[in-house]
Amino acid sequence: MPNIVVLVKQVPDTYSERKLSDGDKTLDRDSADAVLDEINERAVEEALLIKEASEGEVTVLSVGPDRATEAIRKALSMGADKAIHVSDAALHGADVIQTAKVLAAAIGKVDGVDLVIAGNESTDGVAGAVPAILAELLGYPQLTHARKVTVEGSAIKVERETSDGITHLEANLPAVVSVGEKINEPRYPSFKGIMAAKKKPVETLTVADLGLSADEVGLASAWTQVLEASPKPPRQAGQKVADEGDGGVKVAEYLVSQKLI
Amino acid sequence: MIDLSIGEEYEALRKTVEEFAREEVAPVIGGFYEREEFPYDLIAKMGRMGLFGLPISEEYGGMGGDYFALCLALEELARVDSSVAITLEAGVSLGAMPVYRFGSASQKETWLPALCRGDRLAAFGLTEPGGGSDAGATKTTARLEGDAWVINGSKSFITNSGTDITSMVTVTAVTGQAEGGRKEISAIIVPSGTPGFGVEKKYSKVGWNASDTHGLSFSDCRVPEGNLLGERGRGYAQFLSILDEGRVAIAALSVGLAQGCVDESLRYAHEREAFGHNIGHYQAIQFKIAEMETRTHTARLSYYAAAAKMLRGEPFKKEAAIAKLVCSEAAMDNARDATQIFGGYGFMNEYPVGRFYRDAKILEIGEGTSEVQKMLIARHLGL
Repeated sequence: MPNIVVLVKQVPDTYSERKLSDGDKTLDRDSADAVLDEINERAVEEALLIKEASEGEVTVLSVGPDRATEAIRKALSMGADKAIHVSDAALHGADVIQTAKVLAAAIGKVDGVDLVIAGNESTDGVAGAVPAILAELLGYPQLTHARKVTVEGSAIKVERETSDGITHLEANLPAVVSVGEKINEPRYPSFKGIMAAKKKPVETLTVADLGLSADEVGLASAWTQVLEASPKPPRQAGQKVADEGDGGVKVAEYLVSQKLI
Repeated sequence: MIDLSIGEEYEALRKTVEEFAREEVAPVIGGFYEREEFPYDLIAKMGRMGLFGLPISEEYGGMGGDYFALCLALEELARVDSSVAITLEAGVSLGAMPVYRFGSASQKETWLPALCRGDRLAAFGLTEPGGGSDAGATKTTARLEGDAWVINGSKSFITNSGTDITSMVTVTAVTGQAEGGRKEISAIIVPSGTPGFGVEKKYSKVGWNASDTHGLSFSDCRVPEGNLLGERGRGYAQFLSILDEGRVAIAALSVGLAQGCVDESLRYAHEREAFGHNIGHYQAIQFKIAEMETRTHTARLSYYAAAAKMLRGEPFKKEAAIAKLVCSEAAMDNARDATQIFGGYGFMNEYPVGRFYRDAKILEIGEGTSEVQKMLIARHLGL
């Protein structure tokens, strides 16, 4: 009966236009619709599958501004049992190390955690570092980039996919797992789930509640900071090859020049 | 003042179905439509989301929601595709609801859980070759022989009646003569596969091509006496109340199609260039889209108003008729305008607006034609 904590993050919808704010180059949260990050939906789904197979409890943990409650509600409507929301103006501009510290402190508030499940990287920051840093801070084994997770008693087995092949990992619980795109297909919340989510407990904590001080977190003391951001150059028009009997050769020459063949 | 916001849970449901329609339905439905193939996998996914049990209580495997929740789901599906929307509409409001409203406890336990899961679909056989809106003209008969009903006759245009997962059809039939010489009409459940119950070849339709529609024939088809749904002789009254609800559902579906036309036209107005500008730069296009948006908005208000009365348990017959009339005409008008905005591409099946155009016309016909709605409204005014 594993006690699972799932990390979720609210991110700007990839369908909308995303940008950074002009001033401090942090995310401009007003410019885009905010959604539960899709990779986190997969993390929640995996936690629910484990819970459904062997009972247990699923707690959703999110660090983010007040409006992140919408993302938390979605995870709850999918079937998670309760949530912790760390929301504090001091967290504005926090980097991955600070975020992991806050997450570790919040996980410390949950009794008897067996498993922490995260997405391998968010669609906005794309650092992909939080799960590993968090595992270090908690002193848990890290089984990252999972495409398959099996919990058997106090052991956890993970298949990690790399470009060279599949690595089989095994560790004892408690552990931190991060999941990739291929792990599962997340469920859509049902109306019953949506109605039930309203009644599930969400504990809201500040940085001080976690025993951390405001100057340890946030942009001013961050280890990394975004200095500049520029949009990708617009796509160039393609190159036309007129076929004058030698079209095939020209195409082949082009591919060779681009080192594609 | 009155509050027209729809509330948090409804909004969360609407968003969920919007996301489902965009990510699961939109990428594949064009192919099903072209092949005139029923999208079983999509229907199964909708079942897992609980859409088929939205207005039904948890006791019978439903979601414990209400009819407005169903309307919102229909609207969001129809924004992308009407075939899956009508499959849901017919499955719930015509298939499951008669059993839920009028069935015995044992009938509900037998049929509803699988219908709510979307594992099975049910249909409602009312229309006949010789009569649609004039439902009193029913020719199909059912006579009691011992402890069985023996049914003879035929039905037309019955949605969901011939899929691999159809479990039963509720059929209206003449079961005798009522006082004053009127026909006594009753509703009877006929399970799929009953001997004498024939499902005709699938129709070739102008629209709704990924939905399942057949004619049905009954020839000495025997079902147990206990398959009578509700009271004997109340069949007519029962389906009239089912049709009132169904009209609000079709109104919601129509608003979805009207909104889909706005969505597609807006996108295209930004993309497509003509004479040196995006076509959205021109007032001819701006005015068309403004009119489309206006129709959609007012149509939505009309079905919200009907649904609000229905949920409060007040009489809503006139409001349902008005909503059905206004929304279906908004859908048809928007589909025509959207097709015009898309020009030649609007006439191609590979663009959604072409599908919208083909799917819109039936909305002014099914669940009571526009003329029938006007008749109902006039009757309500004492004419």
